[in-house]
Amino acid sequence: MENVNSYLIVSAILFSIGTIGVLTRKNAIVIFMCVELMLNAVNLTFVALSRHLGNLDGQIFVFFVMTVAAAEAAVGLALMIAFYNNKESIDVEDVNIMKW
Amino acid sequence: MDMITIPAVNLSPILPEIFLSVLAMALLLINVFVPGKQKSYLGYISFIGVVVAGVLACAGWGTPVESFSGSVIQDNFATFFKIIFLVSAGLVILIADQYMEREECNHGELYPLILFTVVGMMLMAAGTDLMTIFLGLEVMSVSLYVLAGFNRANLKSNEAGLKYFLLGAFSTGFLLYGMALTYGATGTTRIAKIATAVGQMSVPSTNIMLVAGMLLMLTGFAFKMAAAPFHMWTPDVYEGAPTPMTAFMSAGPKAAGFAAALRVFLVALPTLQVEWSQVLWVLAVLTMTIGNITALRQDNIKRMLAYSSIAHAGYALVGFAAGNSTGTAGILFYMLSYAFMNIGAFAVIILIGKKGETNGNVMDFAGLGFRHPVLAVAMSVFLFSLAGMPPTAGFIGKFYLFSGAVQKGYVGLAIIGVLNSAASVYYYLRVMVYMYMKEPTEDFEWTQVSAPIALSLLISVAGSLIPGIVPSFILQYAEQAIKLI
Repeated sequence: MENVNSYLIVSAILFSIGTIGVLTRKNAIVIFMCVELMLNAVNLTFVALSRHLGNLDGQIFVFFVMTVAAAEAAVGLALMIAFYNNKESIDVEDVNIMKW
Repeated sequence: MDMITIPAVNLSPILPEIFLSVLAMALLLINVFVPGKQKSYLGYISFIGVVVAGVLACAGWGTPVESFSGSVIQDNFATFFKIIFLVSAGLVILIADQYMEREECNHGELYPLILFTVVGMMLMAAGTDLMTIFLGLEVMSVSLYVLAGFNRANLKSNEAGLKYFLLGAFSTGFLLYGMALTYGATGTTRIAKIATAVGQMSVPSTNIMLVAGMLLMLTGFAFKMAAAPFHMWTPDVYEGAPTPMTAFMSAGPKAAGFAAALRVFLVALPTLQVEWSQVLWVLAVLTMTIGNITALRQDNIKRMLAYSSIAHAGYALVGFAAGNSTGTAGILFYMLSYAFMNIGAFAVIILIGKKGETNGNVMDFAGLGFRHPVLAVAMSVFLFSLAGMPPTAGFIGKFYLFSGAVQKGYVGLAIIGVLNSAASVYYYLRVMVYMYMKEPTEDFEWTQVSAPIALSLLISVAGSLIPGIVPSFILQYAEQAIKLI
């Protein structure tokens, strides 16, 4: 039988990598990719726990998370394009008119 | 082969949400056929829609009705918050038109987006399942990211949208991870069932998974409430976003964050109250103090109100940390009156401002008291209410929040709150000093007050004063709302 702990550890590591990426990266798209990594770590947690607990709630949750992530990506990339059009850059160091 | 039976669904508890979603989608279609100069009509339609949704929501007052096998509920708590969201949306729709026309970004998509935001917030307040709350939160956030960056040609607005998006998505990750861990610890995402599962644990505070889940969820909600130390996005986003949207963001989503957090913490995790109220104690002190101290040195009035909005989240957190009926009813009361006074103040800022978001400094209020006495009086009412002076709604709200804390035994917290409140008087009164005691610096070009803005100012003044004079009227509803949660 699978051991749920190893899945949880992997997803915790993934989540941390995503968090560190958000905090250290400078390119807005890479930051967003790191956020996606965090969300997928959460998905892995949900699926592993769902299997471990033997109920489907967690897997249903994952569907919602994936849908929402897609919607967020659509809006987020549009915002980045709007910013790029005005500033010719998507580096967060250039997001600096107001104090960050 | 087994047929999948579709359970009978009672749609009546989410009638206001359905109505607003349909209206918003219809408006998106109608928008295509409305010529650029007549986009205001979309605003009028959405305002009427908001009023109708308000009537539909009020009709749900009374006995709770569950639906979608217990993942949505129509109870007084949800209804009260729905009214707060609708009030803020209605007022913002009224003030948006003139601003958007001045900034030449009067796109018709504005109104549907506001309505979608309201739908998301309503689902957050009505959700009794972590899934529903998450979905509501995302519907709200995704619409708000667009609204913050709505003025596409303006770099500040772009920045606000981008920052809000990146940090919002980041905080969603924490919220979700918290939900996942809570699910793992309890085996369910249904709030009532989480409460049962936690109640059966011998010592729930030693369950690391549950406690970690609780703290991560708190992080996610604190971000939406703009509570320190998760407030970093607030000043920039509030300053950069179009002013009506700033007004909306400071009133609606903050209340929605409180609605969802109150339900999760009071209903699902009451057994851990000792633990979470300690965390909230610290959050409340940090939020009030950081918000007020930083607000003292702001010259840009939108940025000042952003920090003040952080401070106000701190006052509400005082009631949340107390967690008793006085404190939590105080939150409901405070969020409603805050919507009135804050959106009213932003309406005046819109009228003072000039094209391209200039004229947004405290100094630009100089001489307003002589040039336009009525507007100055209205602004004074809002500022007095924000500062918490009697006989305004802000005073009664703070009074209940702090007395909740005292009843709970958090006398120190209440004292810190009162001291903070006193410090905040400085930066609110500074605006009034400029309005009444300084001569205008340059020729004051007066912008016409359009009828919708006048109406919203009237409603806001009434909403900031009447609950302060006859508080029991609203407070009794707030107490009923919190009782049946």
